[in-house]
Amino acid sequence: MTEAITADGIRKRYGDVQAVDGVSLSVAVGEFYGLLGPNGAGKTTTLEILEGIREADEGRVELLGMSPWPRNAKLLPRIGVQFQASAFFNKLTARETIRTFASFYGIGPKAADTMLERVGLTESAGVLTDKMSGGQAQRLSIACALVHDPELVFLDEPTTGLDPQARRNLWDLLRDINAEGRTVVLTTHYLDEAEILCDRVSVMDHGKVLKTGAPATLVREIDDTVRIRVESGMLTADRARDLLTTAGATFSNLEDDGTTLALSTHAPGPVLSMLAEENALRGLEVRGATLEDVFLQLTGREYRA
Amino acid sequence: MTATDQARTSPAADGGTEKANAFVGLSRVMLLGFVRDKGTLFFTLALPLMFLVLFGVLYKGGGTSHVKVAEVGQVKLLDQLKDQKDGPLSVLEITTFSDEESALTKVKKGELDGLVTEGPDGKLVLRFSQADQVKAGTVQGIMNSLVQTANQMASHATPAFTLDSTKVEDDSTKPIQYLTPGLLAYAVSMGAVYGASFTLVTWRKKRVLRRLRLAPISAGTIVGARVLVSVIVALAQTALFLAVAQLDYFGLKLTGNWWLVIPLVVCATLAFMSIGLVTGSLAKSEESANGINQLIILPMSFLGGAFIPLDFAPSWLQDVSRALPLRYLITPAKSVLSQGGGIADALPAMGILLGFTVVLSAVAWRFFNWDDA
Repeated sequence: MTEAITADGIRKRYGDVQAVDGVSLSVAVGEFYGLLGPNGAGKTTTLEILEGIREADEGRVELLGMSPWPRNAKLLPRIGVQFQASAFFNKLTARETIRTFASFYGIGPKAADTMLERVGLTESAGVLTDKMSGGQAQRLSIACALVHDPELVFLDEPTTGLDPQARRNLWDLLRDINAEGRTVVLTTHYLDEAEILCDRVSVMDHGKVLKTGAPATLVREIDDTVRIRVESGMLTADRARDLLTTAGATFSNLEDDGTTLALSTHAPGPVLSMLAEENALRGLEVRGATLEDVFLQLTGREYRA
Repeated sequence: MTATDQARTSPAADGGTEKANAFVGLSRVMLLGFVRDKGTLFFTLALPLMFLVLFGVLYKGGGTSHVKVAEVGQVKLLDQLKDQKDGPLSVLEITTFSDEESALTKVKKGELDGLVTEGPDGKLVLRFSQADQVKAGTVQGIMNSLVQTANQMASHATPAFTLDSTKVEDDSTKPIQYLTPGLLAYAVSMGAVYGASFTLVTWRKKRVLRRLRLAPISAGTIVGARVLVSVIVALAQTALFLAVAQLDYFGLKLTGNWWLVIPLVVCATLAFMSIGLVTGSLAKSEESANGINQLIILPMSFLGGAFIPLDFAPSWLQDVSRALPLRYLITPAKSVLSQGGGIADALPAMGILLGFTVVLSAVAWRFFNWDDA
């Protein structure tokens, strides 16, 4: 398979902080790839090094067979980049903004307007960008990244701060972009998003890639884990600890945040019967492993965005 | 390329042959940013123009003042004068008083320069204050010449000596002649410094610079667009200032080589822009850029002669002004606009302004950053 991106042992240090600590990855052409991890995991810095905005202290990056650093004018028209913060010009409307970005690539206003329609912003075309809602700004930002028809698209947390409906709408758009044959690289701290969208994800923490694979494969590796939740306060702390002993499997974990008592276990049967005995089944929720459990297993910490 | 690559619908393809240009696109963005920002419009156009109108009105009465005399009772000699407009009346202001005492008080206070009454037998009595020696001399001289002329005419003799006087070109500066280039230079410096520095700071803060870096456009395109827009703004300011200053009320008269102000303003705009590039590269936020810009523009304007003509400034101030680019716009602009100056006045200044541009741009390049992080 042709590789759209290969990165080998990239490192980046800011003062005392090792933001990226030896990341290697490869993304195939046409793949939807996710970089997953909590804030501060090093996703954005990794992405910026891939895009060619930052120079890595160490390591080698190739995009579409070319090095993104130093600035490579041949590569630039073939990649599209969307930033975390909306990088728009002052005092311009949505239409003026996308037409301006289009002009940088020699693309005319008609094609720019088509792109605006594509992301559903035709009706808000005359709105100043600083007056747009979060969802509209994100869609415009993505439209600006796509206006020159790039082969490789980088999206940095595109759904952060959006309401659930806007997120879902954006997911549809992102799936379409990928279905057209573009390679998409996305960073997110939403596990559900990565699970739904990505062909493959790399789970990052503390500047390192912990694990890479298809979300389903990663989940399957721990799929004998079952996650059980009940309302908290129905068991004393001692009883809860007994519960964990009863669960007694190779991997189990108990957390109580004051509203929910949650545990992951390889032996759901004994745990559930024990909870039933204690009459502590209120709010019961049982489900198979998700990426959250993968993260939990990899880092030993509950996933918190 | 994979098969799916071919299948993908290209938005660019829909546009057909339609083309767009990054230089035009960027210039348009910057111009719209300028026109749509009320604050910028106010500080670069309205405020300097208000200064021009305000100072123009305030200084209008200035210049040579009249000699004021009180005429108490009927004075034949003075009454004759009132019919001839071009005579001594152009420097003499005559007020008629009926009460000698109050007129005398005014002379003593210095509000009037002299008091004239007619004595018996055609005798002209002048009483004057010694408070202002020049005026005391002037008022005596004028009155004396009035009497002499009248005597000579009464004698019907041909004068042995006559005086033939003609005006020479007036080299003295009327307020509007230094106000216009001074305040224009202030306006141009505000526009160009702020234009360059705010573009840098806001674009860096909003990550637009970073986005531009990822687009296949050269730094030259970005700088070129900014230069074009700043020059357009500066020339619009120039047109506006010259139009207002030439109104009858302010009375600026342009002389032959006034058009030289255009290349002068262009060179000055480049120099001021490079100041803005330095401050924009150093400042992290709009607020600090604003502070640094004011800290540069205001002293430069005062020391460079934007508000007060340098002609009367002490020599140390003249020396300081030579180190600031503003002077090299104001002084030659004053000369070419209304004092008949030519290329010889403008060219050296243009060279110096371009020198400032080169040095300051190099400094800006040294501190330039695409990102704040």
